[in-house]
Amino acid sequence: MSSLFQSEEMTLCQLFLQSEAAYSCVSELGELGLAQFRDLNPGTNAFQRKFVNEVRRCDEMERKLRYLEKEIKKDNIPMLDTGENPDAPQPREMIDLEATFEKLESELREVNQNYEALKRNFLDLTELRHILRKTQVFFDEVCTLTINMGVVAGTPGGVAQSPSTPDDEHVGLLSEEGMGRGQTASAKLGFVAGVILRERLPSFERMLWRACRGNVFLRQAEIETPLEDPASGDSVYKTVFIIFFQGDQLKAKVKKICEGFRATLYPCPDSPAERREMCMGVMTRIEDLNTVLSQTQDHRHRVLVSAAKNIKTWFIKVRKIKAIYHTLNCFNVDVTEKCLVAECWIPVADLDNIQLALRRGTERAGSSVPPILNRMSTTQEPPTYHRVNKFTRGFQNLIDAYGIASYREVNPAPYTIITFPFLFAVMFGDSGHALIMLSFGAWMVLCENSLAKKKSKNEIWNIFFGGRYIILLMGLFSFYTGLIYNDWFSKSLNIFGSAWFANNQTYNNLEIWKHHETEKDLMLDPKNAYSDKPYPIGLDPVWQVAENKINFLNTYKMKISIILGVIHMLFGVLLSLWNHVYFKRTVNILCEFIPQLIFLTFLFLYLCILMFHKWIWYGANMVGANKEYDEQHAPSILITFINMVLFKYSDDPNEFMFSGQKMLQMCFVVIALICVPWMLFIKPFVLQSQHKKQMAANGGAHGAGAPKINPDFESGETSELPTPVDGNNSAAPAAHSSGGGGGHGEHGEEFEMSEIFIHQGIHTIEYVLGSVSHTASYLRLWALSLAHAQLSEVLWSMVMRIGLAQKEYYGAVILFFIFGAWAILTVSILVLMEGLSAFLHTLRLHWVEFQSKFYTGAGYSFTPFDFHEMLAAAEAADEGD
Amino acid sequence: MALCGPKLSLCCLLLSIWGVIQLALMGVFFYIKSVALVEDLPLEEEYKPTEEDMKNFYGDVDRAYSQNAFNCWIAACLYVGTFLISAQQFYMNNKSTSGTAF
Repeated sequence: MSSLFQSEEMTLCQLFLQSEAAYSCVSELGELGLAQFRDLNPGTNAFQRKFVNEVRRCDEMERKLRYLEKEIKKDNIPMLDTGENPDAPQPREMIDLEATFEKLESELREVNQNYEALKRNFLDLTELRHILRKTQVFFDEVCTLTINMGVVAGTPGGVAQSPSTPDDEHVGLLSEEGMGRGQTASAKLGFVAGVILRERLPSFERMLWRACRGNVFLRQAEIETPLEDPASGDSVYKTVFIIFFQGDQLKAKVKKICEGFRATLYPCPDSPAERREMCMGVMTRIEDLNTVLSQTQDHRHRVLVSAAKNIKTWFIKVRKIKAIYHTLNCFNVDVTEKCLVAECWIPVADLDNIQLALRRGTERAGSSVPPILNRMSTTQEPPTYHRVNKFTRGFQNLIDAYGIASYREVNPAPYTIITFPFLFAVMFGDSGHALIMLSFGAWMVLCENSLAKKKSKNEIWNIFFGGRYIILLMGLFSFYTGLIYNDWFSKSLNIFGSAWFANNQTYNNLEIWKHHETEKDLMLDPKNAYSDKPYPIGLDPVWQVAENKINFLNTYKMKISIILGVIHMLFGVLLSLWNHVYFKRTVNILCEFIPQLIFLTFLFLYLCILMFHKWIWYGANMVGANKEYDEQHAPSILITFINMVLFKYSDDPNEFMFSGQKMLQMCFVVIALICVPWMLFIKPFVLQSQHKKQMAANGGAHGAGAPKINPDFESGETSELPTPVDGNNSAAPAAHSSGGGGGHGEHGEEFEMSEIFIHQGIHTIEYVLGSVSHTASYLRLWALSLAHAQLSEVLWSMVMRIGLAQKEYYGAVILFFIFGAWAILTVSILVLMEGLSAFLHTLRLHWVEFQSKFYTGAGYSFTPFDFHEMLAAAEAADEGD
Repeated sequence: MALCGPKLSLCCLLLSIWGVIQLALMGVFFYIKSVALVEDLPLEEEYKPTEEDMKNFYGDVDRAYSQNAFNCWIAACLYVGTFLISAQQFYMNNKSTSGTAF
């Protein structure tokens, strides 16, 4: 019978699968998600396992898929997520998948390579076109020349920079200069033209100047439009240059320098006609290339679009295959080599489901031999499995964050569903803020299907969304406590009419006149200003305008905090009784539970009873015969308690609240004090005598098989579990360490009295001192609710009051803006910050004060082989990088 | 036409809904002269317990209550306007991103 009360009963099973059917059976089990496989080959590393080849193939497929995905993302093609969950394909289909991926990948790589080559070509042609255009300018200046440029100003060897005016420098460089000068006919100037990155140009020039001793002449012109570098895809700026030199040696030098600076040289024809022809040729080729480029892009796009349709399903399939093979690697191969053996933890309640799944798997594989599921008995501690639904999962997570419950111990989660929001609400206690929280939680819950599909990567949003039911409940409960505290954004609501009224004795002109000089406050005495019909639900709204509101609320909230705390802790101690009964630890019941209960009850429950007594019997309107119960005679509960523990009784007749109190209190304290040595000493001696009896019974046969006494403190021992054990109970060595308070080593037959005493001592001190400190710790319920109320009031009086303090109609506009500011501050400070703070404190109260009374939390959680979880984890890892 | 992004328009939308509801209620409470809001009224510092001051006090209180009530209601109307503007912005932002923007 599965419930949230305690974790599921688990059993270790041996699974015998025929080799052909193994794959499909594991696939079915993965879909079901109820079996946790143990690794039967822990010694072997990844490369020695049986199915390492298949895993490698899956890895290769995944790599190809990732490459495809990257390309698809680069092109911003949407990958549609149909949400379908394809089954893991059969092994023979794997080959088909591999072939498909191989084809796609090679096609894509080819397309990309071609594209790059074409782009390079395109770039070259573009650069050539620029060169042809720019150098046109250089060569043109040649023609505007007259011959008698005797003064060959501007040395032909000068490295001219940016010639804006057609200078004499440009005299017939190429043409008839030699002739113009006559006899110093040097050979005709040669030139090279090329393109270089703009950044490299200055150093290029300097190098040329130095290397060629100033005998070369460089002209350059910048290319305005940036060109695309095919390898990296960035746009770079380049410059066209042309170098004029004379002679072959200089030519060689120039060429070498150009190579060094990675400037690309292009062949440039001499005559303008040729150049023009070349230019046209280049243009046509550029156009053709453009068409080819766009077609290549289209083809690539088409390939990617068709791949994008299926890529999500392919990912799922490949991941499932890989997971199945990883699991198969954990199996042992039987001696006969015909079947695989696996060990897995299965919840007992799901044995039928597993059998059905296995049968389905064998049918799918077409195998005739049915798989065998064999329950084994073991002494290992099984994993803890809580069956939760979407509502209880949030609360179970809160508990698990502290520690996973030990196997089959009482689960605090179902109670947390109510106590957590309630204690939160006691600290939060404002109906207005609660409405905000409630609407947020309700929106998340109502739209949970569409919100869950979004798969957001935002951590904070995921935390809020995961806790949507918790937030909803916190809002609901806080609304209720806001009604009780009568606090709506720090204002009280008067629904039923206040029980206090302004009577004539206090509120007449004479009284007011008398007081206005001395005291600023008038006091309403409940004897004559209080109608004895109290306000039906919650705090009377009159307290809002009272100066001593905090004084009144303090005493109420502190008392209620202690009462709630004692009830909570008492409940925890009672839950430990259930643990002791289930794990058959009678010694614990007698030596731990009963003294714990007595100690807590006689001291702290008595304190609570005193509080109730004071509330009921004492009152400000006790007059006449009941005068000893009026406000003058009410003793302080705290002082009473302290005096009780210190045995300090005075002769003041007003000290006691009821007759016989002194005797009762002394009895209580004495019995509570007796509980301390009861807790401390009795159990170790009982354990020792038990151990001695066992030793005597077993005689000398102390093998590893002899059952040993487990001085168990908190945890359940598997040797006492009501699981099917073989008849021979000596096969229970119980060699594992117990959880709980500092596990000691269980060495075979040794029984360390000193260690047991130390343990018991620690436990006792922890409990005794803890009960005092934890009771006081519950006062944070009062502290936080006070802080919240005061913050809320400050916010109203400091912010909102500005908007309400105007006497004219322009106050409405001011109020408009002030309300916005007040609302933002309310949400950020009071709802978010205070909400987080109260959440944290409530969590602490549960984890420390409540759970230390009964919870061990030393188990490990059940992680079944589940495709769903595996896929979710893989996707999360994908998003992460 | 889009003055603000999707998040800002959503925030303004929610804020204005809250503003309309709360300010309308506050206006009602001021109008019925609830005692809870007495400390929020713009009154003089001190009123002496003389006949004249007392009469002034009552008159001031009444006037302050109704003034604040009207102020609250006017502010609520301003928030209705804000609601309409931010609703329109929100829908426009939604249309351009074709789907719920969040």
